Amino acid sequence: MDRGLHVFLLSAAALGGALMTPAAAAQDPTGAASGTPQVVEPQVERRDVKPPRIDAENFEVGGFIGTIGIEDFGSSTVYGGRGAYHFTEDLFAEATIGTAKAGRTSYEDLSGSVELLTDSQRQFTYYDLSIGWNALPGEVFLGGRRAMPSAVYLTLGGGSTRFGGDDNFSLVVGAGLRLLVTDSFAAHLGVRDQMFESDLLGEKKLTQNLQFSFGLTAFF
Amino acid sequence: MTRCLLTALIMVGALAPSVAPAAAAAAQVVVQDPYLEFRSGPGRGYPIFHVVDRGEEVALVRRRTDWIKVRSDRGREGWVHRSQLERTLTPQGEQVRLAGPTPESRMEHRWEVGLVTGDFGGANLVSATTSYALTQSLHVRLDVSHLLGSYSNGWLGTAGLLHAFMPQWRVSPFVSLGGGVVHISPKATIVQAEDRTDPTAYAGLGLRGFLTNRFLLQAEYRKFVVLTSRDDNQEIDEWTVGFTYFF
Repeated sequence: MDRGLHVFLLSAAALGGALMTPAAAAQDPTGAASGTPQVVEPQVERRDVKPPRIDAENFEVGGFIGTIGIEDFGSSTVYGGRGAYHFTEDLFAEATIGTAKAGRTSYEDLSGSVELLTDSQRQFTYYDLSIGWNALPGEVFLGGRRAMPSAVYLTLGGGSTRFGGDDNFSLVVGAGLRLLVTDSFAAHLGVRDQMFESDLLGEKKLTQNLQFSFGLTAFF
Repeated sequence: MTRCLLTALIMVGALAPSVAPAAAAAAQVVVQDPYLEFRSGPGRGYPIFHVVDRGEEVALVRRRTDWIKVRSDRGREGWVHRSQLERTLTPQGEQVRLAGPTPESRMEHRWEVGLVTGDFGGANLVSATTSYALTQSLHVRLDVSHLLGSYSNGWLGTAGLLHAFMPQWRVSPFVSLGGGVVHISPKATIVQAEDRTDPTAYAGLGLRGFLTNRFLLQAEYRKFVVLTSRDDNQEIDEWTVGFTYFF
């Protein structure tokens, strides 16, 4: 037992010595270098570099209310939401959702009791994605002392309109005026035409649905 | 009424202190360019109404696209283009980094988001796409598409890989491969309406070209195989074109 421990300790020491030799040899040159006395002790404090953060406000989110003329179904109040991301001072992408309740066709009004669509089919809802261009940037002057940056913009996009129980691919062309009331809030006046093919009244045709709206958005 | 006013006052009171520190926290920098031009709005067409010289301190208040609202130490506020602020230093002498798109960002960007439109087997297609670059040429891509046809509508969701052959070229060809799910529902005016949801796989071929240092124009053809529960699989051709923004 005792002899076994002795052999073990001896071999451990031999192994340790074998391992130490190259390590010590490797340390040798550094040891020689650190032997020379250092004249100047650098006292550099590590500084926390914090790049200044600036509040980037390229997103614009808000709502709108207006009136929409749904072809053959009269005009109705429309409301919805609008989001935009400004890529550059000229270009932005815009997403819009909206809903309106369509009225009755003149045929339904004249005949009295005929109903072409059920109540839920009369719900006119849409979404679309557009690319916008700030075509006419400028300023709007209120009185003699106040000027607000503004832009007349054009949009072109596509989306889907749900009406009469079906989804329809729609092409959207729009124009608007954006007025920066403060740096973070904007007022919009917009007009747009939403075009889609519909066969609700028998024959298939391209319907034009014009919308005028007023909206408020916030930048963040 | 009084209660309403009181609540309003309390709300304003609660908001006021939260606004003040935010304004005070605006980054302070020292102008290094010969001068900064203050414009009245965030755009190149707005008139210059004030100039701040080199060495003066200004605060960076907010940023919109490439324009930064700056406040001088005399309290004047105006919009300055990013390019005039690239060499500004913090009061400690550190370089201010106002990241903007460079030609290198074409190669080094990670995320892309885009809007795509086109034709899916005769139906119109509107889709949103996003992708993440694993390497400069290999991207993981997710698409969600709304299909709007004459007789049926549907949704298509796909995930896949995109490999661009020459990402450093202005226009690069690419191939894509992936799979997903397609849901088709015939229009309400058609009898025997039956909704179908089937798995699908695709292989595609396309071109992507850099329009600027932030935008890509991407055109693609994809061949879809819809693995239907009927006897035959259905093959659908998809042609799309779209804009992609990267950051």
